[in-house]
Amino acid sequence: MQTLYDKLWNQHVVPTESTDVGGMSLIYIDRHLVHEVTSPQAFESLKLAGRKPWRLSSILAVADHNVPTTDRSQGIHDPLSRLQVDTLDQNCDELGITQFKMYDLRQGIVHVIGPEQGATIPGMTVVCGDSHTSTHGAFACLAFGIGTSEVEHVLATQCLLMKKSKTLRILVEGQLGLGVTAKDIALAIIGKIGTAGGNGHAIEFAGSAIRTLSMEGRMTLCNMAIEAGARAGMVAVDDVTIDYIKGRPFAPQGEMWERAVAYWRTLHSDPDAAFDQTVILNATQIKPQVTWGTSPEMVVDIDGRVPDPEYVTDELKRKDIQLALNYMGLKANTPIQQITIDKVFIGSCTNSRIEDLRSAAQVVKDKRIASNVKLALVVPGSGLVKQQAEQEGLDKIFMAAGFEWREPGCSMCLAMNDDRLNPGERCASTSNRNFEGRQGPGGRTHLVSPAMAAAAAITGHFVDVRELKDSLS
Amino acid sequence: MEKFHTLTGLVVPLDRANVDTDAIIPKQFLKSIKRSGFGQYLFDEWRFLDHGESGMDSSKRQPDPGFVLNQPRYQGAQILLARANFGCGSSREHAPWALQDYGFRVIIAPSFADIFFNNCFKIGLLPIVLDTAILDLLFVSVAMHPGYQLTVDLQNQCVSTPDSNSFEFEVDTFRKHCLLHGLDEIGLTLQHADKIKAFENKRRQEQPWLF
Repeated sequence: MQTLYDKLWNQHVVPTESTDVGGMSLIYIDRHLVHEVTSPQAFESLKLAGRKPWRLSSILAVADHNVPTTDRSQGIHDPLSRLQVDTLDQNCDELGITQFKMYDLRQGIVHVIGPEQGATIPGMTVVCGDSHTSTHGAFACLAFGIGTSEVEHVLATQCLLMKKSKTLRILVEGQLGLGVTAKDIALAIIGKIGTAGGNGHAIEFAGSAIRTLSMEGRMTLCNMAIEAGARAGMVAVDDVTIDYIKGRPFAPQGEMWERAVAYWRTLHSDPDAAFDQTVILNATQIKPQVTWGTSPEMVVDIDGRVPDPEYVTDELKRKDIQLALNYMGLKANTPIQQITIDKVFIGSCTNSRIEDLRSAAQVVKDKRIASNVKLALVVPGSGLVKQQAEQEGLDKIFMAAGFEWREPGCSMCLAMNDDRLNPGERCASTSNRNFEGRQGPGGRTHLVSPAMAAAAAITGHFVDVRELKDSLS
Repeated sequence: MEKFHTLTGLVVPLDRANVDTDAIIPKQFLKSIKRSGFGQYLFDEWRFLDHGESGMDSSKRQPDPGFVLNQPRYQGAQILLARANFGCGSSREHAPWALQDYGFRVIIAPSFADIFFNNCFKIGLLPIVLDTAILDLLFVSVAMHPGYQLTVDLQNQCVSTPDSNSFEFEVDTFRKHCLLHGLDEIGLTLQHADKIKAFENKRRQEQPWLF
């Protein structure tokens, strides 16, 4: 009886005599995704050591963190950002690595384009020098973020030396309410187990509520496994998985497709498989979530209030809450719905896929952003998501409401390009981290779902999207 | 990678839980294509009153006197005491690079985020997990005694205090071996190149759609 994680792990252990020392195994890597921020030092060291990439066909590269989301015809004006993107281009050209360059329609956030291209398929080990690589676990992959030394290690050897994780099953049972999304499940889980709750574990998300999620929703959920401390999150294969992959450019075709699907159908935990830990959530009780602090675990229901440190007995925790309140410019006990915002960001590897844009567009249709909202951005996850959205007329809905419709990239999730918060500005953001300074020095981030961000844009403060007329389908 | 055997060094306490890698090294400094020079921007938003950008000379900036690393008694510290879940968030190896470049050789905390913990070993920075109760004790000791030092002995896997208390810690055999000898992990893995090739060929036959 094996868990999904056990199956994926066992499939990738390269048998050796000596590397089992100290509980480490040599794990073969099927797919290596590369972006411009965490790769230049790895390519440089590889070259200095006189080594070459082990298997070029395993690598797919794209620049996403530094690219401008405004008009790209003039290139990148920040010389440091430009150098980083140029360095990726040069490395890929020199070594013959497949790359979608900035002007390619297929360019986008690395964790959006992998699945979109069918470059992420079930049963793979997927790595990238980026913690949100956990996203790809939605396809029953063992997918996790690595540091630059490991990027070089995978380039040189196609393998990583790893220690097996423990397993944590998160069961979400029951039907999600209308207006409650995968993002709310993710935040509710983190609120329950904390940002260190998954440390040392690989998470499998299971239960009836997970089975009803689209692939976009499952990607949102697995994306935030790292915010719960788990390097990898995953979901078993079902028809939803297989239907999503079929016909995508990198996906297997014809007879090969049938063989692949037969194997993929085995990628689930056996009925009696034992997990090290299990956590259970009731989907019917999950409400739209809003973070109030500087860690994703600092989260409450939309009808909740900012916590009061006075009532917290643990001294370290009380201090953390006080520091977060100071940074966020919030008073204890403030109702969440009274918090007004300055900016709205709809995008990031968490929530920039077509389903996310559709749900936000439905909320803003025929409405205008509130007068106190200085800037509302929609940044599609890829050129193809953008094109699809434009074919559906979503761009016009957003722009008519006062949103800016941008080019794809990581954008204001981490503000390495020009999209950022100014000191003190407060943002309703569909991204994944509300850390101090994440969206710009002094910026204040509240994490929400796309529908909730859209609702906040319209009203100028946080509001329960379920109470807005015509905003749900 | 730099070898690590034993170290006796000055200790600095960072009394905050969930310190994320964005705080350790903010994103504007990730635009470098080099591995070095990050130490001057370590904890940039906490350490300086003015806003830092890549390329700035931090010695000419305005330090925040309230931040612990800026206090005169902690100058030259090589051991960082931290709280739970240190290094959470982004996988950026720039975070351990910045800590090492600043002068740290050891970080002691009750728990670390997985990716950060792993990244530290790759560059010869030693993350040590000790119980919260021991950390509480060390936080008190360092506050009470200016110039407080700890001795870290990797071979014997123990941290010793000046008053001869000694705390054992766990470390994976393989990681310890690599640190003690400063080994290049890629070189070690490439010793198995034939086995990797054989595995790959078998995989190519069994699951050709992956290639």
